[in-house]
Amino acid sequence: MASFKIGFLPLVDAALPIIAHEAGFAQKLGLSIEMVRDPSWATVRDRLIYGQTDAAHLLAPLALATSMGLGEVTMPLAAPFMLGLNGNAIAASARVSTLIAESGVKFGDIMGMGRLVAEAAKTFAAQGRKLRVAVVHRYSSHNYMLRYWLAACGCDPDRDVEIIIVPPPFIAAALAHGEIDLSCVGEPWSSVAVERAGGVIIASTSQIWSRGVEKLLAFRTALLDARRAEVEALLRALHEAGRLIEDHSHIDDVAAILAQPAYIDQPKELIARALRNRLVLAPGAPETPVGDFLILHQEAANFPWRSQAMWLYSQMVRWDHATLDPRGFENAASVFRPDIYRSALKGTDAILPGASAKVEGAIQTPTGAASVGGRLILGPDSFFDGRAFDPDRAMDYLNEQMQQYS
Amino acid sequence: MIAEGLREAGLTDVHLLVERTNLVARLAALAPDVILINLENPRRDMLEESFALSRSLARPIAMFVDQSDERAISEAVDAGISAYIVDGLRKDRIKPILELAVRRFHAFARLQGELAEAKSALAERKVVDKAKMLLMKRRNIDEPTAYALLRKQAMDSGRRIADVAEALVSIESLLGDK
Repeated sequence: MASFKIGFLPLVDAALPIIAHEAGFAQKLGLSIEMVRDPSWATVRDRLIYGQTDAAHLLAPLALATSMGLGEVTMPLAAPFMLGLNGNAIAASARVSTLIAESGVKFGDIMGMGRLVAEAAKTFAAQGRKLRVAVVHRYSSHNYMLRYWLAACGCDPDRDVEIIIVPPPFIAAALAHGEIDLSCVGEPWSSVAVERAGGVIIASTSQIWSRGVEKLLAFRTALLDARRAEVEALLRALHEAGRLIEDHSHIDDVAAILAQPAYIDQPKELIARALRNRLVLAPGAPETPVGDFLILHQEAANFPWRSQAMWLYSQMVRWDHATLDPRGFENAASVFRPDIYRSALKGTDAILPGASAKVEGAIQTPTGAASVGGRLILGPDSFFDGRAFDPDRAMDYLNEQMQQYS
Repeated sequence: MIAEGLREAGLTDVHLLVERTNLVARLAALAPDVILINLENPRRDMLEESFALSRSLARPIAMFVDQSDERAISEAVDAGISAYIVDGLRKDRIKPILELAVRRFHAFARLQGELAEAKSALAERKVVDKAKMLLMKRRNIDEPTAYALLRKQAMDSGRRIADVAEALVSIESLLGDK
């Protein structure tokens, strides 16, 4: 029986491989999965690179940075399957949430909230201590979405605020102790902050980019080539897990499995919130529906759109995390492997998009798209400021943004 | 223990950071050539961020150990250590440091294992003694007879004497009259 050790961080969007294992989908396809939990992304990455694991639940930008040699280690990685879209919430400490309550800006008004944070940042800076914002990793969607949001609301993320790194399980304590004023982290950790640290959820990344790229399943390219058939079987098991999760009648069971000590090790009630797209925004508040907060499977969410990798590269260059390379966009896109996704899921009921890239942010209302096998309806993928990213005109997009802040 | 080993190997400037706070600031003040950190330390993401930032300030570049020597790194990762080497340190000096750290780490892990074993052996002896005392009191027998009873029960039920003793002691605490 082929076996896969899969590294992960305790987050709700590690659900697909966990459920593929626990619900027996992997076993049915002749595979065994062993999940390896770690406390930091650096450790998940190192175990993958040095062969302690065969695959990893990884931040999409971290996979790009590792492949492109931007970080501490360089290793060609391949991502044939995305583990979901969005799923991160932005939470505020008591001090900042009081400011927000006084202003009257409501959850859902993402532009108003951004302007308010930009204003608060100026007040904080004038008082001698910059507004401190925590994201989970330098090379994370959290970092790039947050920066995109702040910049579009008149706040220079490199000058007006201080962005620091805090691992997800420590976010609640950091908010409670006033070490940070804002945080952007995947679930259930914002819900934990609400329940245990008096945090208040003020926004979600899905409000910034409604179909934003998030985690992926990364393999060493060499392993993927050597074990291609087994990798494809694993993707089919993940697809089945996605279908089970998408059927909301199983949410309680899925939440209970994810809540186990070996996985997320947090109460299943908190984990179920993200799965239901219903968040408790403040201590004692009723649940608020947050449409499309976390998309684990539907609308071909697992399809690795090359344009998503290219958008991430544009932001890496924009914030000086990568130097502009003429082949950079292509290098980033080549980490995403839609060819393997199609090959693995051909003949199943999976929707196989005909194209490998799309204009990100161009869809305002659910729209049909060309596909092989299944009918593909793409949900709105717009950015909150109305801009779109055309992968064929990536340099123009970047130039425009660099004029704003760089 | 690793620090001690490094000092014995003639590296005099070894600092052990145990505080959880201000890690990055302390490191900046120390400006080390090599940073050894537990692979599973949750603060590694913060640490790597600080290296990335110092690069843009054109200060010494920190990086993972020389990637050409994959086996050495692999061994370190297997042992549970990650190392960050400040660029400029001679490559031939890195390897022995890392190897020493790995050896020391293995020795440390072995010692911890032995300690845990010794502790559990001690705990087992205590519980067997307790069970013997119970039997002696209840059945009014001497110690060798009590031990023989425990051993017989263990053999008959295919369990270890310590497990039988443990069961007896916990049942006694549930049903016992005091």
